[in-house]
Amino acid sequence: MPGTSSTLARPSASAGAASLFRQTLAGLRVLLVLTLLLGVAYPLAVWGVGQLALPWQANGSLVRSDGTHATSITDTGADGAPVVGSALIGQDFAAADDAERWFHGRPSAAGDGYDTLASAGTNLGPLNPELVAAIDERRAALAALNGVDPADLPADALTASASGLDPHVSPAYAALQVARVAEARGLDQAVVADLVAQHTAGRDLGVLGEPRVDVLELNLALENSEKMNP
Amino acid sequence: MLTQTSVLIQTTATQAVGEVASQQPGVWLAVGQIALLLLALAAVHAPLGAYMARVFTSPRHLRVEKAGYRLMRVDPDAEQRWSTYLLSLLGFSTASLLLLYGLARLQQHLPMNLGFSAFDPAGAWNTAVSFVANTNWQWYSGEAAAGHLLQMAGLAVQNFVSAAVGISVAVALVRGFMRSGTDGRVGNFWSDLTRTCVRILLPMAFVGALVLLATGVIQNFDAHTAIDTVAGGTQHVLGGPVASQEVIKELGTNGGGFFNANSAHPLENPSPFSNLFEIFLILVIPFTLPRTFGLMVGDKRQGWAILGAMGALWFVSVALITWAEMAGPGAAPLAAGGAMEGKETRFGLAASALFAASTTGTSTGAVNAMHDSLTAPGGGVTMFTMMLGEIAPGGVGSGLYGMLMLAIVAVFVSGLMVGRTPEYLGKKIGRQEITLVALYILTVPFLVLVGTALAIALPAGQVGIQEAGPHGLSEVLYAFTSAANNNGSAFGGLTSGTPFYNTALGVAMLAGRFIPIALVLALAGRFASQRTVPATAGTLPTHQPLFVGVLGTVALVVVGLTFVPVLSLGPIVESLS
Repeated sequence: MPGTSSTLARPSASAGAASLFRQTLAGLRVLLVLTLLLGVAYPLAVWGVGQLALPWQANGSLVRSDGTHATSITDTGADGAPVVGSALIGQDFAAADDAERWFHGRPSAAGDGYDTLASAGTNLGPLNPELVAAIDERRAALAALNGVDPADLPADALTASASGLDPHVSPAYAALQVARVAEARGLDQAVVADLVAQHTAGRDLGVLGEPRVDVLELNLALENSEKMNP
Repeated sequence: MLTQTSVLIQTTATQAVGEVASQQPGVWLAVGQIALLLLALAAVHAPLGAYMARVFTSPRHLRVEKAGYRLMRVDPDAEQRWSTYLLSLLGFSTASLLLLYGLARLQQHLPMNLGFSAFDPAGAWNTAVSFVANTNWQWYSGEAAAGHLLQMAGLAVQNFVSAAVGISVAVALVRGFMRSGTDGRVGNFWSDLTRTCVRILLPMAFVGALVLLATGVIQNFDAHTAIDTVAGGTQHVLGGPVASQEVIKELGTNGGGFFNANSAHPLENPSPFSNLFEIFLILVIPFTLPRTFGLMVGDKRQGWAILGAMGALWFVSVALITWAEMAGPGAAPLAAGGAMEGKETRFGLAASALFAASTTGTSTGAVNAMHDSLTAPGGGVTMFTMMLGEIAPGGVGSGLYGMLMLAIVAVFVSGLMVGRTPEYLGKKIGRQEITLVALYILTVPFLVLVGTALAIALPAGQVGIQEAGPHGLSEVLYAFTSAANNNGSAFGGLTSGTPFYNTALGVAMLAGRFIPIALVLALAGRFASQRTVPATAGTLPTHQPLFVGVLGTVALVVVGLTFVPVLSLGPIVESLS
């Protein structure tokens, strides 16, 4: 076996400090080499494969106003349709001026609502009176807005998501909004319900997660179907 | 007319199914997710375990490693005594701390900083310690404070190497069991570190990153840029090398999110499938290392016993949290008709509970739901799972050495009961050995309880608490439990970005990581120098179900006695109210 053991059997404090200093210098060299590999070469390799093979996903699953996909925010469609969001990120439809015309997502604690620079949940505890009051308030307000029985509102409509950017609502919450959206847009309820069904995804592989409706894609489809059939 | 009716029926049917499913999430769905996860873990168990054993026993270096060693100017073949091994480890970690602190303090001068300024001294200290100690506690919000280069070349690199440090320590301890009558040599730190990164973590991370890319996790170097939204507002489109960092965040049981919302963020964890894949990444190395251990000590059954204890504790944690979240006790879940506060629609209750148990049972600390908003019993179980000392199945490496330390306690206690000299894998557990183990067992609870007591006694600690009453205590207790156990998840209501918490939690993370590591390596050295004694008729078999039961009980009793008083003032009283 190489190396000697006797010198390290009982090191004095100063010898220990000198040794730690030497090892720190060695550690720095090792760290710099590993940083080149793991902190530069590796992420660049993933980036390269992503941009070549999966450019839509790698760049944020961007969608244009006409519902088509884009790979950068400057990548407008053939008819100049601008990028209006990401299929994976919710938007604050409840805060729009014409809010009654849109399907709404869940309450959001990200900034003033769906602020991607401030993703967050409320972190309010399960016994927090402030949270209980907010839930009761939302139940009353959403029942009035959608013209439904307060008892029918599902939990996701009344609670803030973990990220504040949840792109989905439950199929139950989407169904509650069909009548309001159809009336505001002067559309047949069946047409709107059909669009909801088209944008409802089941559980992944049959058992993973929950069924859900992508609110942004649903609203885009709604807007575009209206343009096509004025 | 007919088609319209059929569409209507179809829609109504879809809605009805969705409604029933989202409000009455069947237990079979939760079981189905767990079954899929276990199938995937079982499929890789034997091959990955054998592969890792070869990595740590092969005398040969890869060509790329040889080139690396020449640049690093270290000798990968020099067998180190435990003390030298420890010095190399501490030297490497010191260098890591200095570099990361420097990158955070000088962020305004770095390329791709997205215009973000430097971290303040307490914040930079906290973040540097946090990532070097494999904790990834985050007081900052990624999308509002950390530029791409700091994340990619600073934080993500530590996600690799701090994981490799943990695995190296576990391997050194296993070598202590394998060797007999040496002068305490336990391997070479530089070789273990490099091989873990190059041969295990990097290839798995690369493949995993491509899977995550396909599910929608981003990988680019764009700045966060404002656009006009569908309904006429504005929102920023986010950029960043997320996929490459997300995968090692889970695989290395680190847990530090690219974005504030961590694995709840749609760009870190876009779908239920990516969610299960991330849980798989979290668990795969901790659950496979017992196989590596069994192969290295030449008795696979010893690995099964360790795995059995880890798996049983993990499963109980999963079952309890799933039950708590689905039952939804507490004023707020009852008011809303379900515990969906702080959870994402695509995951729902079962997949959030599975993630919560797995992230706290390992030392990961990534979250796909906000733990502060879990039900009181659910949040209590996540805390208790961490308090076990991260052994269910624990962090990469740290889970294995943590469970082996408890196995030594278990044989010691059993030995006392039958009046025989305790021994484990042919190594006698004498006074000095059990002293090292006892110090190991006491270190983290000491940090947790003293830290929590200080924080609730001092005004500087009290100001950060969000909730009144027992949940306020839970927030502080969770923070110190998470930090000292190197988990990194949080009851996020606590405002921890203050000089007091950044400093105190930094101390807890540092001491909670490196004091146990020093004790484990000292024990590894003692074992390596001890002569292995052959098993006799009086030797306690450590591969049978009875021993697995003793091991699990020791884990629960050791933790229970230490933490029950403070738990009863926090989550337990909260669950009863």
